[in-house]
Amino acid sequence: MVTYILQRLALAFLTVWAISVVSFVIIQLPPGDFVDTYITNLSASGSAVRAEEAQALRQQYGLDQPIWVQYWKWIVRVVRGDFGMSMEWGRPVIEVIGDRLWLTIVISIAAIIVTWGIALPIGIYSAVRQYSIADYIFTFVGFVGLAVPNFLLALIIMYFGFKLFDLNIGGLFSAEYQLAPWSWGKVWDLLKHLPLPAFILALAGTAQLIRIMRANLLDELRRPYVTTARARGLAEWRVITKYPVRAALNPFASTIGYLLPFVVSGSIVVSLVLSLPTVGPLLLRSLIAQDMFLAGTIVLLLGVLTVIGTFISDLILMWIDPRIRAGMHG
Amino acid sequence: MAEPILSVRGLETFFRPDEGIVRAVDGASFDLHPGQTLGIVGESGCGKSVTARSILRIVDRPGRVESGEILLRRADGQVVDIAKLDAKSALLRDIRGGEVGYVFQEPMSSLSAYHTIGNQLMEAIRLHRDVSKADARARAIELLRMVGIPRPEQRVDSYSFELSGGLRQRVMIALALAAEPRVLIADEPTTALDVTTQAQILDLIRRIQRERNLAVILITHDMGVIAEMADTVAVMYLGKVVETGPVDTIFHAPRHPYTQALLRSIPSVLATPLSRLATIAGSIPHPYARPPGCPFHPRCESFIAGTCDAGAPPVTGLAADHEVRCFLYDDAGTRRA
Repeated sequence: MVTYILQRLALAFLTVWAISVVSFVIIQLPPGDFVDTYITNLSASGSAVRAEEAQALRQQYGLDQPIWVQYWKWIVRVVRGDFGMSMEWGRPVIEVIGDRLWLTIVISIAAIIVTWGIALPIGIYSAVRQYSIADYIFTFVGFVGLAVPNFLLALIIMYFGFKLFDLNIGGLFSAEYQLAPWSWGKVWDLLKHLPLPAFILALAGTAQLIRIMRANLLDELRRPYVTTARARGLAEWRVITKYPVRAALNPFASTIGYLLPFVVSGSIVVSLVLSLPTVGPLLLRSLIAQDMFLAGTIVLLLGVLTVIGTFISDLILMWIDPRIRAGMHG
Repeated sequence: MAEPILSVRGLETFFRPDEGIVRAVDGASFDLHPGQTLGIVGESGCGKSVTARSILRIVDRPGRVESGEILLRRADGQVVDIAKLDAKSALLRDIRGGEVGYVFQEPMSSLSAYHTIGNQLMEAIRLHRDVSKADARARAIELLRMVGIPRPEQRVDSYSFELSGGLRQRVMIALALAAEPRVLIADEPTTALDVTTQAQILDLIRRIQRERNLAVILITHDMGVIAEMADTVAVMYLGKVVETGPVDTIFHAPRHPYTQALLRSIPSVLATPLSRLATIAGSIPHPYARPPGCPFHPRCESFIAGTCDAGAPPVTGLAADHEVRCFLYDDAGTRRA
């Protein structure tokens, strides 16, 4: 078991390394080097940069040296927590991203919990009562939900929230907490604002998840072990929840890893509409502005979070699936 | 003979998919006595398994017990008609596992891969007996020992995929016997196993039957297994029981042309070398295209035109416990023509 975990861990580090290379390539992609862009930006705003200053910057970032040296210098700084400067904002990348990364994680997890909370019970019901009226209704609503873009739903909910209840739904904080330092009051304020955006973000995945759960469970319900359980006198709902549902849930554990980037990339437009302080809109803006250190950092961080998510889902799979555990011995 | 513990009368179980209707069991009747083994034999698709599953009302949808009686004499002497019970009733759940245990055909997929053997055994025990978890575990280990699983103290915590096919089938038997039922239904318990293991499993069933005075229904397509195990035999063809009788009568004086043909098609070591093995002409008709009259008539050697394809043959009593469903025999049981 330890070997298995170490093996997974080693693979995770390898993947993180590969992601860091890709991020570095992204940063390097625009023509010219970072200092050129920096000088151009500064000249555009009127202040000139002296040649020695430019040279000093180049040395600091190792831009006069071969590419692998540049990568090495960059990655060493990254490991120390220095992600470079954001050209557009004129501040360190780490400051620009700030709380947004944690807020993104919080809102993603909230959205995932809402998705599972809605989709799994409905999926189970739809499979057990296949072709019932409720199954057809859920299927219909599910497909409509699949077809309607999230941002449209966000706009509609915002419109009605404003029109009927005079609510301003956007954002994750009330005005008084917007710029305030973290406190219990701010956390409570966040929790109050969280459900609606989480719900809107959740709906896209919900329809899909209902379909997957329904299909998984329909497969499992036909297996002989279900009949065996019934034949020993187990009540029908216990038969279903203990055996086939358990088996049908298994594949979901392996999806935990990529749920996070899915929510982030899928939520950019919704985040813009609802003005949520997540990294999605920041990534979009940095790409438009060719703010490569910022963009590269966001890609790197999301990549690392995905790897961590995958590692966690590996551990969960190992915990819940005895066959994987058995495979580790032999 | 004493009162039967289980008595099936005119059982009809139909499947009604969108395409039509399949009469999987079409009027099956037989009796089962304590301590005895009833063998149900027939080709694939003749309704053996559906008959057995109907007894516990665990036929998969869209199958349904349509009519007939399944009379079970419970331990307290009361007779329950299982066919009339509500599918969700507590009494039916008591009977499943508690009064009638069921050993399934596929030991590979009939156990959950996510739960230990002990978990499933303890579940079966605690469903029917009010015992603590620790007692249930001790009992589960005892059951595993009884069915001949080595090192049961360790095996109780293993998963089904860690065991061989033979051991899994032993676990299935332990599971079926967990709540000490008085009737055991074994649905092709040895089909998925190799010959040596088959013999061991059959020995095991026989031993437990003796120890507990179990009534056993053994379903198989293997006449050899029937000869070895059964006291009485019911031969099924297309959902109908065509002949019932004591095992000796069925083997030495079979009356129904189908039973006779089945027996002729068993390979024998005493047969003349290089002679051809007899087969039954044709194949089982498609379930949607049942022949009219006696369902066996298109394959029957003694086919009587105008009779066999016109109406269903009645059941004729040949001896006290020997019945046949064939036009060849008149009311007195003598062969016509």
